[in-house]
Parts: sequence; structure tokens; C-alpha cells
Amino acid sequence: MTDAFWNTLWTGYVFPGGTILVHILMLVVPLLIAVAYLTLMERKVLAAMSLRMGPNVVGPFGLLQPFADAVKLIFKEPIIPSGANKFLFIAAPCITFILALIAWAVIPVADGWVIADINVGVLYLFAISSLGVYGIIIAGWSSNSRYAFLGALRSSAQMVSYEVSMGFVIITVLLCVGSLNLVDIVEAQKTVWFALPLFPMFVIFFISALAETNRHPFDLPEAEAELVAGYQVEYSSMTFALFFLGEYANMILMSGMTSILFLGGWLPPLDIAPFNWIPGIVWFCLKIFVLLFVFIWVRATVPRYRYDQLMRLGWKVFLPVSLFWVIATAGVLVAFDLLPQGMK
Amino acid sequence: MAEVTIANYMVNFGPQHPAAHGVLRLVMELDGEIVERCDPHIGLLHRGTEKLIEYKTYLQAMPYFDRLDYVAPMSQEHAFVLATERLLGLEVPARGQAIRVLFAEISRLLNHLLNVTTHALDCGAMTPALWGFEEREKLMEFYERVSGARMHAAYFRPGGVHQDMPKGMDEDIINYLPRMLKVIDDIEGLLTENRIYRQRNVDIGVISAKDAMDWGFSGVMLRGSGVAWDLRKSQPYDGYEKYDFDIPVGKNGDCFDRYLCRIEEMRQSARIIKQCIETMPGGPVSSDDRKIVPPRRGEMKRSMEALIHHFKLYTEGFHVPAGETYAAVEAPKGEFAVYLISDGTNKPYRCRIHAPGFAHLQATDFMSKGHMLADAVSIVGNMDIVFGEIDR
Repeated sequence: MTDAFWNTLWTGYVFPGGTILVHILMLVVPLLIAVAYLTLMERKVLAAMSLRMGPNVVGPFGLLQPFADAVKLIFKEPIIPSGANKFLFIAAPCITFILALIAWAVIPVADGWVIADINVGVLYLFAISSLGVYGIIIAGWSSNSRYAFLGALRSSAQMVSYEVSMGFVIITVLLCVGSLNLVDIVEAQKTVWFALPLFPMFVIFFISALAETNRHPFDLPEAEAELVAGYQVEYSSMTFALFFLGEYANMILMSGMTSILFLGGWLPPLDIAPFNWIPGIVWFCLKIFVLLFVFIWVRATVPRYRYDQLMRLGWKVFLPVSLFWVIATAGVLVAFDLLPQGMK
Repeated sequence: MAEVTIANYMVNFGPQHPAAHGVLRLVMELDGEIVERCDPHIGLLHRGTEKLIEYKTYLQAMPYFDRLDYVAPMSQEHAFVLATERLLGLEVPARGQAIRVLFAEISRLLNHLLNVTTHALDCGAMTPALWGFEEREKLMEFYERVSGARMHAAYFRPGGVHQDMPKGMDEDIINYLPRMLKVIDDIEGLLTENRIYRQRNVDIGVISAKDAMDWGFSGVMLRGSGVAWDLRKSQPYDGYEKYDFDIPVGKNGDCFDRYLCRIEEMRQSARIIKQCIETMPGGPVSSDDRKIVPPRRGEMKRSMEALIHHFKLYTEGFHVPAGETYAAVEAPKGEFAVYLISDGTNKPYRCRIHAPGFAHLQATDFMSKGHMLADAVSIVGNMDIVFGEIDR
């Protein structure tokens, strides 16, 4: 009996549990390193665009700068304002950070390289990114500070608005694929990446991704010139670092989503000789890298929207355009009998 | 349901705020994002400059003017030396005047570069600020080459300027100008046609010509509303009438017009600088009245009389005949003026400083009422406020 018990424990729980844990570590550790180096890349790219050097003292070409920053933040004193709600004040950055990481569970980084290949992957991603607003609004409210509160209000309004048009954009992609599974979505782009036939949607999705991650020109929640640092204003030390990491992990996540939905995920641009020798993970990382570069490029170029202008863009421009494209795409698919299998 | 009263939100904007331009403190009453009241509080950088000047000789008082509007130091010096010269009845040689005009225009470039780019930064565009500061550094190098200091130059003196320019500097400035104009074009490329920048500035902080005059505006704040008033044209000093330049004037009186005025003024300044250097006369750079202008070092080593002059001028200073005068210059921010009363001693009896930024700051509430919070930031940034001159 004991033998059977240990056997089931091993095959049923310990082994699969351990495997999942290893999988998660294999994803999360490179991800966190990527986040660390994304901060360095951002500083370097911004520096180059504004004719500066960027960090170049810590390590060769400043390569150890992210670790220096991390050490600094860890050893700082976490200050909790006396008027703050302590539990929520600490919970908020944790929520942001955890949400930024768990979304990666369904992202296929290469053919078959995915932790959870679930059928409703897109829905899961959408749900997780919508939850992201909680971290921010809780942070703003629990800080008991006016700037933070104003920043949190702006942020929640902004994220909710842009999610609506993002939803429609995703629907157009789903119409062309016929599945909510992210692997299927990538496989459906074998012939042509969706960025080409659905180009306007690609643009809208990317701009909404900027808004969703609170990046320029939509960085109103933390608009330095107006709200100092918005919802992060009272945070210091590790609690601030978690927000920071969460924001950058979200940027990578959004770039990953864009490349899966529109740029063929891990697929090479053309399925011919020199391109398909390169492993899928390299293509996937390359696409994310290019998109992240655009994120930073945009930050260096454009001014910030005003609150009402941002709302106008979201509700009066993106929403009608994406709605129109949903109908147009559906119409074309039905009219020319192009509907994918399983949707007929 | 119980009745709920909704109170407006009071926000303390500054004095430690990245967009508050120094130590400005705005007490804002916000209805959501709309600014209902915007109350500027000043005095956090007050150093008692005017009172200190009463206890200093005229030469010792001069460096205080660098520290008023520290963004364009020499323009302030200019007003004070003009006032002193007027009381003394002192003539400035042509070369001294030309060098002063040259550096007054370099100061204008310094100021407008800072204002245009930091205003863009307030609107969220970060790159122009860094480009602008690179150029400011180059311009400050010219400051350094004539005076030894990057910012607080103390270069203009009653009677002229302290020293002649080093050899070859005029060529360096001429060679530098095209690069400078290129950077202005680049900054314009990022801002002028940018939709977001326009949305943030067109029709924001509109002030009519009448209101602008009623509130005592001057400089770009007045010209942006369509009033062609520039002291360099209307009451030329130091030979400004010899140079050919235009005064850009706005149409709508909004933040965007004022931004365009500043950009164009930089180009006009470059024109003046070019003419200055091309027509630079020879001769001495300051008056040879040895009762006011100290002798050169070499002369001092040879002549007993020069040594005595030097000693007297740097201990007791020169005496200014009793009287009072008002000298105004077109500083980059507007009409900067000094009202100087002398009682015949070696120290000013009273030195009243008129700072253009003070008049502009008064209108903060008037201009930003009803706008959104982000607009108030843009308006304050566009007013070109430097607390050194407002608090004095």
C-alpha cells in the first residue's frame, strides 16, 4: 500500500508539479533578466536619441547597471505614509507585478514551448491585462495622497477605454483564425502575417498597447510634469521596484501579444531556406525587441496627450474604426467564403 | 438617499514639483481635472537683492544681476550698467556697445532655448530639452571665454565691458551659428508640426492684446498677442538701431503663438549676432574715464596714477552724481528695468528692479482658469518664469 501511495504521489503530484515549476523558472528567470536589460536598453536608446552617452560606468558599456539599480532599490528603506492603508499599500505593487508575470503562462515563445496551452488563451490574456488596473487604482487610493489618487483615476479611465477597442481588434483576428488558442493564432499566419491584411488594426492595437502600459504619449497616470509620478508618488524601495518591474514586464508582454496576433509569433517572415534555419524562439525575441524599440522611440519623440484628448482618441476614433473593421472583416470573410474551419 | 456635497479638490502644486520651474508654489482648486482657481505663492527664493545692493558699491552690486534671471544673466547686467552710465553721463565706445549687443543676443538664445525646450518637456516631449541643453552649453562656453564664468559672468561694466574678446572668438561664433540654426530646425521638426504638441498648445492660455497690456505684460508674452512692442526697436540702446532684424508678432495670443515667436526670435538673434561680428568696430571696449573704469593691469604696473585709481576703484568705488533714472532693456523675458536713485555717494540709495516674470506670474490665475490641469502646466511653462528674478 505504501508503495502505491508513494508511486501515485510521485507520478501524480511531485513529478508534474516539479516539471511545471521548472518550466515556470525557465520562463520567468529569462523574463526578469529581459526586464532588467529592457531598462538599460531604454536608457541607452533614449540617450542615443538625445545625443547623450547613457549609463556607461557600471561594467562594460554599463551592462551591469540594472543590477546596480536593483541592489540600490532593495537596500533602500521602504517608506509607508502614515495615512496610508498599510495592507493595500503593499498589496498593490504585488498585484501589478504578479499579473505581469502570470500572463506569460499562455504565451507560446516557440513551436510547442508554452506552459499552459489552453483553448481560451486570448481570453485569459485579456482578462489578466484588464486586472492590471486594480494594482494601480489600489495604489492610488491606499497612498492617501492627492497626486497619487488623481493619477490612479486617470489610469483606470484610460485603461478601461483602450481595452474596449483592443477587444474589437482581437475579435477581428479571431474571426480570421477561428480559435482562441494562441498557438492556433500563430499557425494561422503561416501564409501571411495578419499585420498585412489587417494593417489598420495592427496600428490601433499597438497604440492601444502603448495606452495599456501607460507609456508615452499616454503616460498620463504618471505624468511627471503634472502629477510628479502619479500613482507611484508615495512608493519607494522594493514596492516601487515591483511597480517598475511590472510596467516593463507588461511592455514585453504587450510586445509579445502584438507579435503573436499580428507578426506571426515565432514564424520566420518567409518559410524559405535561410530564414527557417533560425529557431522560432529567436524570431519571437527579435520581433519583441523591434516592438520594444518602437515603444522607446515613441517615448523619445512625442509629447503627452491631455486627459480629454486621450479619451477622445480612444472613444471617438479607435472605437468606431475598430468596430467598422470587425464588421468589414466579417463581411469579407462571409462574402468570399473564407471563414476558417469550425466557424462555418 | 442622503445628500452629498462634492467639495473641490485642493492641490498644492510645488514648491517641490518637477514642473513648477524652480520654487513656484501654486495652490490649485481642481474640479476633477478642471482648474477652478490657481493661486501663485512667491517668496521662496527671496534673497533681499534690492536691499543688499544698497550696501554695495556700484561695481559690487553688479554681479547680483547675474543671479536674478540666471537663465540669461547678461541681459540683467545690461539694464544695471545702462542705468549707472546714465547717471554718470558716461559714453561707451562703439566696440564695447557691439560686444554688449552680441552677448545680450547670446543671452536671448540661452533663454529661449531653455524656455522652448523645457516647455516641451512640460508637455511631455523629452528629447528637445536635451538637444537644447547641449547648445546652451556651447553658448555658455562663449560666456566663459570672455569672462571666465559659464553663468554668472559679471562681464558688462559701467563704461563698457570688462575685457576684450579673446582672439579668434568672433570667427568661432560665426562658425557656430549655422549649427545652432540647424538645432532650432530640428527642435521645430519635433514640435511645430506635431499634432499632439499643437493640440496641447493651440488656444491654450489665450490672452488678448488689451488684457496683456492691462496686466503689464512685456516681451514675448505681449508680442504673442499681436502687440509689436520691443524696446530694441522702440527705444534703441547700445546701438540696436544699427542692426537689421525683425520682431515676430503672434496673432492669437495662445501658448503656441508665443512658442513660435520665441523660435523666430532665436533666428533673429542669430541674424543680429552675425551683423554684430561682421560690423564689429575696433578700438577700446570700455570708456577711458579712469575715475570710473579701472586701468589695465599692465598700465597699473608702470604708472603710479593708475595704481592709485585701481586702489580707489576697488576699495571705495566710484561716486555717482545724485539723481535718479530708469533704464529698461528688452531682456529675453520682457522689459527688464532698473530704477536707480543715487545720493551722490559710492553706493546706490535705492535700486528697484522691475522683473518681467513678476507681471506674467500675476496672470496665472486669470489665464489658467477653466483649463485642465495639464494646460495649467503648459501655461506656466510658457510664461517663461524664472524665480530668481521674481523673488529677487
